[in-house]
Amino acid sequence: MKPLLITAAVVAAFGAQAQDAKPTITLNVSSFPDLDRGVKAAIPLYKKLHPEVEIKLTSLAYADHHTAMTTALATGANLPDVMAVDNGFIGKFAESGGLEDLSKPPFNALAQRDKLAKFSVNQATSGTGALAALPVDIGPGALFYRKDLLDKAGVTEAEMTKSWDSYIASGKKVKAATGAYMLGNALDIKDIYIRSGLKDGDGVYFDRKGNSLVTSPRFVKAFELAKAARTAGIDGKINAWSNEWSEGFKRDKIATQMMGGWLAGHLNNWLAPEQKGKWRSAQLPNGAYGFWGGSFYAIPKQTKNKQAAWDFIQFMTFNKEMQLTALKSQDSFPVLLEAQTDPFISQPMAYLGDQKARENWKAAADRIPAITIDKFDPVAESVVNAELDKVLEQNKDIKTALADAQAQLKRRVRR
Amino acid sequence: MAESKPSTPLTGAKSTPVPRKRKPLHFRDVAPYVFISPFFVLFFVFGLFPLLFSVYLSLHRWDPAAGLSAMNFVGLENYIFVITNDDWFHTSLYNTVWLALVSGLPQHLVALPLAFFLHTAFGRWRNSVVGAYFLPFITSTVAISLVFSSLFSRDFGVVNATLTALHDIPGLGWLFPADKIDWGQPQYTKWMISFVVWWRFVGWNTVLYLSAMQTIPKDLFEAATMDGARPWQQFRHVCLPLLRPMVFFAVTLTIIGNLQLFEEPFILTGGTGGIDQAGKTAAMHMYATAFVDGDFGTASAIAWLLFMLIAAVTWANNRFLGQNDKKA
Repeated sequence: MKPLLITAAVVAAFGAQAQDAKPTITLNVSSFPDLDRGVKAAIPLYKKLHPEVEIKLTSLAYADHHTAMTTALATGANLPDVMAVDNGFIGKFAESGGLEDLSKPPFNALAQRDKLAKFSVNQATSGTGALAALPVDIGPGALFYRKDLLDKAGVTEAEMTKSWDSYIASGKKVKAATGAYMLGNALDIKDIYIRSGLKDGDGVYFDRKGNSLVTSPRFVKAFELAKAARTAGIDGKINAWSNEWSEGFKRDKIATQMMGGWLAGHLNNWLAPEQKGKWRSAQLPNGAYGFWGGSFYAIPKQTKNKQAAWDFIQFMTFNKEMQLTALKSQDSFPVLLEAQTDPFISQPMAYLGDQKARENWKAAADRIPAITIDKFDPVAESVVNAELDKVLEQNKDIKTALADAQAQLKRRVRR
Repeated sequence: MAESKPSTPLTGAKSTPVPRKRKPLHFRDVAPYVFISPFFVLFFVFGLFPLLFSVYLSLHRWDPAAGLSAMNFVGLENYIFVITNDDWFHTSLYNTVWLALVSGLPQHLVALPLAFFLHTAFGRWRNSVVGAYFLPFITSTVAISLVFSSLFSRDFGVVNATLTALHDIPGLGWLFPADKIDWGQPQYTKWMISFVVWWRFVGWNTVLYLSAMQTIPKDLFEAATMDGARPWQQFRHVCLPLLRPMVFFAVTLTIIGNLQLFEEPFILTGGTGGIDQAGKTAAMHMYATAFVDGDFGTASAIAWLLFMLIAAVTWANNRFLGQNDKKA
């Protein structure tokens, strides 16, 4: 009996010791496709640094993930340690106060903000100055175009991107020569125009005090341009991500598309793999610089493991190797400036006819203003889009439409 | 003292019923409650609680991402806002009623004669034919909507390809459009959604009517035939009156289902409700209010207003179709 007991004690002691040396922390990470690929890629890299941390990844479809996170924040139940938040939701989540303020100790993330693309940090900052999340990737805006179709119409890139008027004029030529629509939807012009010419600290729909800006000249001009494109017949009235849209790419019916640089990956993977080499990426017309998307990682206030979570999201954001891995695996553009200067950025991209497009995106990223995000931006967007539809389809007067949008917003936001 | 309380004979007299009452509880006694408890547990957790919570929620302003503590009591403000000020709710309610009528009425006008036709014309093949009509009902709504959105695609859809091909046939040309129709235009959106909803539920109603017809005694039809009644007369004077309870039931289901319409318009309009909100239903507006605007209080108020509307229309239907039944 006695030897057996001793053995047991020794085993127990060793076991305890082993556990002291390697305390296994389980870190729950919630994400969504394709962002979750970044986490999957991170696991082996992170394991090398932190063998004691076990990463458990839960991934739901885009909308389901954000609904689940909303519910989790509402009830405080089933919160992950690390929560992925997409650009479209960051404003709302940042205002809610349910996420850890990373600008405060012990995180002090703002001390490292110069390492990141400047606008990305602003996106995750609430009206009260709380930093709700760390960015992991950014979506610098670009104008993708079909070089073969433009060549056929005798339009050059410089001519097309000189101004919005020249863009529309080029569109007419392209439509006449090839039958292809210049762009999917006139809405796209409005969307990018309302974001151009903004300075750091401006908001798209609201100023800092929460007053609506939708009747400003910026919106009038944006509506006029969209209307001009519709009248010229150069837009296909096709919404992005619809069947018509992907079919339009496959059948050479869409000549240009404004979107984040990451669209190149989508085009290559599933939208139009056959058109390899025919696409190019240019800067947006009229010297506009804007972002499309961007993803973030946040730490919910009510979670345990905050230290480990903080360590992990810092790794995702500030580790150059990690940032480049994400770029290579899923075309998500690095938020880390150090990664943006890596030689990989200058590699030619076969899909874009060996163009060094990432250099373009880097140039754009440097010039994107750090505009403020308002929690009511999604409401404003649906109100403005509804009015634009009336202008485009029912010849509603632009000034009236914007005044109506303003009135609608006042009612809906009810601050 | 002990003798002064000779309780034994007293209790002894009543002892026969008492021990039975105080018998220790056996599993057999509680088993029925245990066995039916899953229903009640599930009902309270997933049925009653959310129901009551949404009533409570509709009286508050609440941003869910801010946690439960962030609820602000506002009384009936959400209801007042939705009724008096929310023009998107008004539009979507109009759309809902329009869609309910235009897709709902033809469902029954087609399903009734169709069921009668299947009942009389197909002998042993009836079940497979009925199965074909029933198939859309059991197929995923999302899949159906996606297929139809491809069919109705302006540039690449089969519908437009067929219509323009028909236009090219000499003599028929004037009947069909020369150019492709943009089904996303507000004047077409509702018709397109109605068609899909109609197509999906017509088989379901046919099955309901067919099963009711099979319970009608054959002698009635035989007697009618002897009296020289033609099929139409048999349908009109024998079949239809006897089907009244089933018509009431089927119409009630259609009313409830159509007023809650969500998936078909949501997918066919890409989640936006289409141009000028032409295809936005009240259920879609509720969803957008909750998950786009993040305003769960107002969304709950919309849900309850929609519930009241459905209750009112069902009641009216009961007056119209159900009450007459008692006289018959």
